[in-house]
Amino acid sequence: MNVPTPAMTPDLLDGLELALSARGVVVDYAGRRALDGVDLDVPRQRVTALVGPSGCGKSSLLRCFNRLNDEIADCRVAGEVRLFGEDAYADGVALPDLRRRVGMVFQKPNPFPLSVSDNVAFGLRLAGLRSRREIEQRVEAALRAAALWDEVRDRLGDSALALSAGQQQRLVIARAIAVEPDVLLMDEPASMLDPISTLRFEELVVALAERYTVLVVTHNMQQAARVADYTAFMRGGRVLEVDRTEAIFTNPRLRETEDYITGRSRTG
Amino acid sequence: MDRLHLSQHISQQFNTELAALTRQVLAMGGLVEAQLATALEALAERDARRSADVIAREDAVNAAELEIDARCTQILARRQPAASDLRLVLAVVRMVANLERIGDEAERIAKLAEKLGNTVELAESYVFKLTQMGALVRDQLRGTLDTFARMDETRALERLRRDREVDVLYKELAAMLVTLMQRESERVPAALDLLWCARSLERIGDRCKNLCEQVIYLVRGKDVRHTGLAKSTTPPEN
Repeated sequence: MNVPTPAMTPDLLDGLELALSARGVVVDYAGRRALDGVDLDVPRQRVTALVGPSGCGKSSLLRCFNRLNDEIADCRVAGEVRLFGEDAYADGVALPDLRRRVGMVFQKPNPFPLSVSDNVAFGLRLAGLRSRREIEQRVEAALRAAALWDEVRDRLGDSALALSAGQQQRLVIARAIAVEPDVLLMDEPASMLDPISTLRFEELVVALAERYTVLVVTHNMQQAARVADYTAFMRGGRVLEVDRTEAIFTNPRLRETEDYITGRSRTG
Repeated sequence: MDRLHLSQHISQQFNTELAALTRQVLAMGGLVEAQLATALEALAERDARRSADVIAREDAVNAAELEIDARCTQILARRQPAASDLRLVLAVVRMVANLERIGDEAERIAKLAEKLGNTVELAESYVFKLTQMGALVRDQLRGTLDTFARMDETRALERLRRDREVDVLYKELAAMLVTLMQRESERVPAALDLLWCARSLERIGDRCKNLCEQVIYLVRGKDVRHTGLAKSTTPPEN
């Protein structure tokens, strides 16, 4: 049996550039260890899924990449986190800029209590864009890219809260991509959606990878199998195995990975 | 039996389903083994009654194939198995198709045995050679099913390579029968029937090889079909 290599091997990477990489990342919340030396590479313009049992550190790891952990009191992050080769934790990194480049989508859709178009324009205006015409164009482009335009083109002025959950989640994506990020982090983005909305959302995730790098946390194994090019398995605050998704789901190298994705209990 | 940890799912129901699936495959394997054994006895003793037994039981083999296939479909639809569970279901689907074909070959041998019973006596040396080949093929089938029962990919590889011995016997017997046909034209019909029997046995040997490949696939996750593994002497790469 090969020794598992949690970081991407050159063979796996296939010449792809790395969008994100973590080396020896340790995260503590008030002394409680959440990440215990994580190594992970996320190739550019691909979908990478993070799977693993609750409490294994998936969300903590996501939050390292856009430094959302900085907002949590008593949270300490150590190790190396890089965005396109640059140290995300270096002095002088501007957080608003980092978070524009690394967008995030949460489990519960979180549209602002504004109109559909104002939601998408929000980040653009924040970035200082004033031209009404240009804002309209970019709102439309983002809504189209989020596969939502056809459904909302006639109700751009309506409240975003009137949209269905599936539409709201795509609106949140549109809001994130309007500011032209490099990476989209998604934390169980489809777990609140019905099966049809979920499939639509998954279609979108796959399409997004043509332009963006997607790192998605999911508890739904079939979802990881459907959308991800690469899948990383985490347990106990570490990435134990990462491989092409088809390899993980047909012939994982580690017993731990196999147990998890096939629903086996170690003690059973 | 539990090298794949089939009984360790959190869902007890899934454990039960997979255990039942492997049990059914082994039961079907046992049935096919019995079909081959009876067909070979019918051939050795030109016993029409035994031939009739084989032909009558062929329906049970076909029914087993359909039942196991349906069970696999159910598991795929309801459980969406992954990793070793997925490989098990895929391997079983392929294995039952091969077992069913082995059943067909056994039936063919039984029918030929019935026909041969009515023809002029055949030189014992041919029947002896055919019986020898039959014994080897029976042993291959039994041993192959055993590798599945034990999930033993090392033995499966050994079995897979032993198919060469069947091929050697087949070629020898075929050459003998061709010579006989050239020499004594009145014996051509009977010699041809013997040749069809030998051909069926050789095909069963090939089917056993397919079964072994599936055992290796489900244990190791390596698809060794069309890799020339049977010919090489080195173990497959991990």
